Amino acid sequence: MNTGRGQGPRRGRGGGRLRATGRGKGRGPGPSPGAGPGARSVPGTGPGTESETEGGSGPGLAGARERRVRTGGVELCVAELGDPALPTVMLVHGYPDSKEVWSEVARGLAARFHVVLYDVRGCGLSTAPRPLRGGFTLEKLTDDFLAVADAVSPDRPVHLVGHDWGSVQSWEFATVRRTEGRIASFTSMSGPSLDHFGHWIKKRMTRPTPRRTAQLLGQGAKSWYVYLLHTPVLPELAWRGPLGRSWPGILRRIEKVPDGGYPTASLPGDAAHGAWLYRDNIRARLRRPRADAYAHCPVQLITPTGDAFLSQRLYDDLEQWAPQLVRRTLPAKHWVPRTRPDQLVSWITEFVNAKEEGDPAKEVMAAGPHADRFGGQLVLVTGAASGIGRATAFAFAEAGARIIAVDRDAEGAARTADMARLIGAPQAWGEAVDVADEAAMEKLADKVDAAYGTVDVLVNNAGIGLSGSFLQTSSEDWRKVLDVNLWGVIHGCRIFGRRMAERGQGGHIVNTASAAAFQPSRVLPAYSTSKAAVLMLSECLRAELAGQGIGVSAICPGLVNTNITATSRFTGVPADEEKRRQAKAARMYGMRNYPPEKVADAVLRAVVRNQAVVPVTPEARGARLMSRFAPRALRALARIEPPL
Amino acid sequence: MASVTPATPAGTGDLAAGLRGFKEVQRLAYACAEAVAGQLRPGITERAAARMQREWLRERGVRDWFHLPFAWFGDRTAFVNFRVPLQFFPTNRALEPGMPFILDMAPVHKGYTADIGYSGCLGLNPVHDRLLADLEAHRELILREVRERHSLREIYENVERLMVRQGYANRHRAYPFGVIAHKVDRVRERRWSPTLFGFGTQSLKGLASDALHGHRDGWSPLWSPYTFSDHPPQPGLWAVEPHLGFRGTGAKFEEILVVTDSKDPQESAFWLDDDLPHVRRWQEEKAA
Repeated sequence: MNTGRGQGPRRGRGGGRLRATGRGKGRGPGPSPGAGPGARSVPGTGPGTESETEGGSGPGLAGARERRVRTGGVELCVAELGDPALPTVMLVHGYPDSKEVWSEVARGLAARFHVVLYDVRGCGLSTAPRPLRGGFTLEKLTDDFLAVADAVSPDRPVHLVGHDWGSVQSWEFATVRRTEGRIASFTSMSGPSLDHFGHWIKKRMTRPTPRRTAQLLGQGAKSWYVYLLHTPVLPELAWRGPLGRSWPGILRRIEKVPDGGYPTASLPGDAAHGAWLYRDNIRARLRRPRADAYAHCPVQLITPTGDAFLSQRLYDDLEQWAPQLVRRTLPAKHWVPRTRPDQLVSWITEFVNAKEEGDPAKEVMAAGPHADRFGGQLVLVTGAASGIGRATAFAFAEAGARIIAVDRDAEGAARTADMARLIGAPQAWGEAVDVADEAAMEKLADKVDAAYGTVDVLVNNAGIGLSGSFLQTSSEDWRKVLDVNLWGVIHGCRIFGRRMAERGQGGHIVNTASAAAFQPSRVLPAYSTSKAAVLMLSECLRAELAGQGIGVSAICPGLVNTNITATSRFTGVPADEEKRRQAKAARMYGMRNYPPEKVADAVLRAVVRNQAVVPVTPEARGARLMSRFAPRALRALARIEPPL
Repeated sequence: MASVTPATPAGTGDLAAGLRGFKEVQRLAYACAEAVAGQLRPGITERAAARMQREWLRERGVRDWFHLPFAWFGDRTAFVNFRVPLQFFPTNRALEPGMPFILDMAPVHKGYTADIGYSGCLGLNPVHDRLLADLEAHRELILREVRERHSLREIYENVERLMVRQGYANRHRAYPFGVIAHKVDRVRERRWSPTLFGFGTQSLKGLASDALHGHRDGWSPLWSPYTFSDHPPQPGLWAVEPHLGFRGTGAKFEEILVVTDSKDPQESAFWLDDDLPHVRRWQEEKAA
């Protein structure tokens, strides 16, 4: 196992740094990999350059093996989780953080990978360079990375994951020559390469079109803190004083970062030292960006859409620097390792596995639109055996989501799941459940939780039609419609929405209302009532769940060519007349021929944009507009009995 | 065998011989489709594929057409965003690996007409395989319901319902008049056989005359979802073309269904030929 990799000078790295000498030594006779948590895979090594302790890393990293790696005049605190025989994933934290920012992600990854975290120099339990000025250059940070990588994974390249400044420095690692062959893949979040950033600015300065100017000014405004950090002494004073004390509260209030072992007590020191990251690198790199900053490993870019510090436009030209770029977007704020750990774990796992398996025929990304957003997410659609529900399931499947197709019609649901797998869903299941049955829904939710995970997007779509005048509608008819159209949605939102909220990592709920929710009609009293209720329920729920990062959208389709017409009940008429009307309605909807696929596209768009109410089809948009500006005209329309 | 169609002007004589003629030209057309499909490579355009079909058949004596050969590649097999009939004509869309394609041709040979559709794909495409496999149910459904003498409109709606249940869109609705089938007939051989918008004038004339007769007697040579198709199957030869579409992938078959006025259900309707590529494919799948 010991490769005995050259101890000699390695590709001329600067700084006269001390090498961690015991690197890779004696791995062979160590205990077998995976000998339980805290198993020492690397026995005590060379004289004073590395040392190892157990479980000593902060509260967030329980069970981590800890060691110290000395390099370039500093001592880095490195924590390891998981079986060292597995592929190594190295997590690099940002500013003003320490490695504990990754605690949730590391825990999620530890079952499948050898997870390594380290405190960047000057942060957490790592020591700071003396003097501080000039001690935080990207070259020195690269030395640190190589030392840690050599210590924890001497003979295999590591998979890098960086957040914020961790990503900025990882970009440097992934683009300089001397790390070539040491990095298997790189997942970047919220941290652009300073060189790419420099070119981005230059391009916009040299040819300032209005759009480019706006992009430049936008990012310029988001970078306000960077200017402040360049002032001498003041940032240190603030961090060691009032700002350090109030920072956890600020994170909680503004960034919605949940509590739990983060930020750590070392925050004031981390933040004060980290200011030198900016002072040592920003001006130099932005003024003279390297021209050869091409990534030499596959890169996955995760972009939080609500990042207050970085514009999404920064990554527009990234394909030019990282050819095999995989893009992901996440509706979240800056601190995704704290707020969306499950999603990160899933994407990192998928990306790393794809690279480890090295199957070139297997695409990491699905082909459909919004695959960057829904790839690997769990989507549950009710009423998925036909019509809009089925089309929605297919659209999510094309975007690479995992699908749970729920319907009363077991065969149809299974068929939907089957076809969903064909067009890109990594996994899909059909579940035969009546949404009106609360106990069955509870059971389904338990099963989903246990077997598939927490639902990321819930589409409450199941619905039935009922036509006929109010006076001819029996209470039994009313009950049936309300049971499915309203109670089905209520059960879905309550049962799955609660689990979504409890997880606390965002999500989205889509409820299928109808244009009938704002267009009154003499022939659809029960149906319209149920749909209007769904619309208002969605609006209220949206207000309630907004604070937890869960969006709620109501989709209001007009006349869409689905089999709802053929299965609708027509009250107050004999059976054969009902049949005739169903056929006639089906034909009329067929002539209108608005495909459910377009509604499905609107559903995905509504989730991506977090829209509140989305009328689909021109008649629905018209009705919505009229309901606001010409309600009397709508009321007049309501009196017309459509010819059936 | 009962008479195929009293309304067919030229096809009444020797029925068996007549059917043999139709069978031969249908086989010829399918042979052409398989030959051309075998030559398709990445980069070949729809126009080139259509030309290959035309030339292949011309070399074998085809001089007249019910319609000139069509070729659709990629999402054009599902008629995505088709609004005007001109979009059916072959374009410069180039074939890529994994792309589905459809070859559709209707040659007239020795006065007999065929109209066939051949679906395939270049390389692996599981979605396309599934579509092709699911077409079998439609072939069975159509034959069964024609034998039961349901109205054509009803059968059309039942086929559509089956498609929806399978999760597909009905794409034959995009054809002119939304037809799932149309009548074909013998055509008089002329020295000059011009085409109009891709359709042979002789065949159009036959169709128009059928339409006129049918209009008087309450039937139509077009099998559509509209009221004019609300009649039991009319004896004659129908080129039936159910066309499935699924998210940018389309598949169809097209072949001749013989309808007679026989009282025997087996004789009242049957597929002209059961030895066709798509049928063989289903049999092989079952055997496997």
